[in-house]
Amino acid sequence: MTAVVLVAGSLAGSVLYRRRVGRRLERVELYSDDGAMVSLPEGSEDLEQILAMTRDVLAL
Amino acid sequence: MLSAMDAAQALADLTEISSQVEHVAIVDRDGSLLATTVRDAPRATRLVAGITRLLEEADRVAQARGLPELTQLEASTLEGSVFAVRRAGRMIAATTRPDPTVGLVFYDLKHCLGSVEDTSAETTEQGAGKAPARRRRKADTSA
Repeated sequence: MTAVVLVAGSLAGSVLYRRRVGRRLERVELYSDDGAMVSLPEGSEDLEQILAMTRDVLAL
Repeated sequence: MLSAMDAAQALADLTEISSQVEHVAIVDRDGSLLATTVRDAPRATRLVAGITRLLEEADRVAQARGLPELTQLEASTLEGSVFAVRRAGRMIAATTRPDPTVGLVFYDLKHCLGSVEDTSAETTEQGAGKAPARRRRKADTSA
């Protein structure tokens, strides 16, 4: 029983960790010449749209 | 005027020093492709078209979020990243493997675009009968 709980906990932890790391890796940052930077917020429509276009470019 | 050979040389230098970039393209002021690492012409055209669409959308988003003028873009996914740098009307864009060193990629792209601009300026000066700008030489460290 303990072993099952440990394995299940490890798997859940691994999934959560991967999700967190994955979210951090998926980002869009826009810069202007004056040093200003805009990082598109997670879950925003603009972020998803630009990430989809990025995947299209990478798939070429 | 900048020759395609100058831009191709700049790209060759870039791919030699940067192990992170996979494909690169340099686009001139008029939207024409100056040089690319993609050898297949139709694929190169699709790459430039895709990057152009991406930058158009990024321009719209940047404007909507109050950014005065978009000059650099980093878009990262789990499959890889797309970087773009715009300067003096020209644009250089690159695709990379996942999780690249962002600062290094931007530095290399800016350096490459800068060398294209330098070459262009030298060509113009030579055309006007002026001596080309002196290039900085690496110091001799053998002593």
